[in-house]
Amino acid sequence: MIEIRWHGRGGQGAFTAARLLGNAVVFDGKNALAFPSFGPERRGAPVLAFTRIDSEKINDRSDVVECDCAVVLDETLLGAPVKAGLKPGAKVIINTTKSPEAFDFSDCPGCQVITVDATGLALKILGRPITNVPMLGALTAVADVTSLDSIYKAIDSQLAEKIRAKNKALLDETYKTVKEAL
Amino acid sequence: MEKLFVSGDEAVALAVRQAKPHVIAAYPITPQTIVVERLADYVEDGSLNSEYLYVESEHSAMSAVIGSAAMGARSFTATSSQGLLYMVEGLHYASGSRFPIVMMNANRSLAAPWNIYGDQRDSLSQLESGWIQLYVENVQEAFDTTIQAYKIAENADVMLPVMVNLDGFVLTHTYEPLIMTDQETVDKYIPFARYSNAMNLDDPVNTCITAGPTYNTEFRWQQQLATLKAAEVVDSADKEFGELFGRSYGGMVEAYRCDDAEVILVTIGSVTGTARVVCDAYRAAGKKVGLLKLRCARPFPTEKIAAIVKNAKAVGVLERDISFGFEGAVFSDLNSALKQQNVNVPTYNYVGGLGGRSISKENIAEIFDALLSGKAEKPLEFINLRRDINYGA
Repeated sequence: MIEIRWHGRGGQGAFTAARLLGNAVVFDGKNALAFPSFGPERRGAPVLAFTRIDSEKINDRSDVVECDCAVVLDETLLGAPVKAGLKPGAKVIINTTKSPEAFDFSDCPGCQVITVDATGLALKILGRPITNVPMLGALTAVADVTSLDSIYKAIDSQLAEKIRAKNKALLDETYKTVKEAL
Repeated sequence: MEKLFVSGDEAVALAVRQAKPHVIAAYPITPQTIVVERLADYVEDGSLNSEYLYVESEHSAMSAVIGSAAMGARSFTATSSQGLLYMVEGLHYASGSRFPIVMMNANRSLAAPWNIYGDQRDSLSQLESGWIQLYVENVQEAFDTTIQAYKIAENADVMLPVMVNLDGFVLTHTYEPLIMTDQETVDKYIPFARYSNAMNLDDPVNTCITAGPTYNTEFRWQQQLATLKAAEVVDSADKEFGELFGRSYGGMVEAYRCDDAEVILVTIGSVTGTARVVCDAYRAAGKKVGLLKLRCARPFPTEKIAAIVKNAKAVGVLERDISFGFEGAVFSDLNSALKQQNVNVPTYNYVGGLGGRSISKENIAEIFDALLSGKAEKPLEFINLRRDINYGA
């Protein structure tokens, strides 16, 4: 079982990212659950979303307590909630212009910090600072969760037609940027 | 068959589209809203040919589908929590008039304190409303059961409304893989035919009538017989669904790893999934535990439950409701059923998951441990109760 936790603010599309990943792994022939932190939706408020992935049918419906990857769509959310419940060796992927060394995760044993300027790439390609799809690209570059091809299919089935092409281009660009930096 | 990735709410809407109701009347309420939004979309884009009534309240929604069902139209509505309570007057009209309405209920807590999250106090407070009550565990079962609900409701020997219950958020807002059914086979499974008590100018009958002391008891006796009969139909509808679509759920109940189980935990709804994970882990460690998933709360599967648990050393009931001053509603029903069937097994009630609190694998493991130890003492326990609060005297 792989568990991914998405940190975003209401309106940034963290849950859409969780859902796209879940749908992508279903195209890979695996199983997934995707769910938001339940409750009222407020623009700008911190929100969590989760993707559970397994080759077997997923029955566990309790809250995600520990995750393999934490994906942070908004740097201003860094703090205790991001450091909580990281499995040993977890990957933390942060949308920032800073380098990984700028972030102190020494209290999370073995965890690896990866950074990418998803906002910059989104502004370049979409013209808007929407960072869910690029952060999914970054996750795919550093963790063996799914393939770009499966995410294309997920984008086709989950996103409105007029935003698909640009989001695929942004996905590719972020994936490439993160791969080159590794 | 096409595999989608959808939420429980979306799955219900997709199933309703395949069931092709003539009339839909509903008022949006969290966490049911997506169901009625999607259905409105389908009517708008022409993929569902239904009369969609935009009503101003749940009381009106229920009244509208009572009216449409009285005319013999296949009807659907959906609600949750306070909305279900606002419908209560109509619930009894629908069941007493023997109208085969199908309703989705997103299980949500009741105010006060105000809470939009999941528990089952809403539907379990309506066990006496005369509706057949089904509970589902996952998104696929939500889809499949919504289609089965029409098969059950419209059975000529049943003719009763059916409520399909999904845990709020945990099922309504969680996305999972869904295998769709093909429309042609659904049409064969639930062909629409005019039912006998529909208003008909050629053969006028009186429905929603008055029945005083002279005949009231006889109406209620017939209603009781029909509801008991529904137990067989819940089973047969699920079996036939399995033959056509390759998926079935045990009908009224599912016994999971119960054959030689020393202790059995009764679960309702989505928590069953989490309990399966714990049950499998305990079995792998050689501990004889089993699960009894209650899929239908009305009619109550008295004989089935008794047969499944009769050799167990202890039975626990985990439920997301409480009848204040007594115990969980399902626990009362289970005890009564076991007494009726002369099964004498110690039973314990675990109340949890109220107002949306997650029930963890550790919570379930603790229940199994207590039941296995033979030292479970309290007849009723609120699980996972916070101890960091000063409750006063």
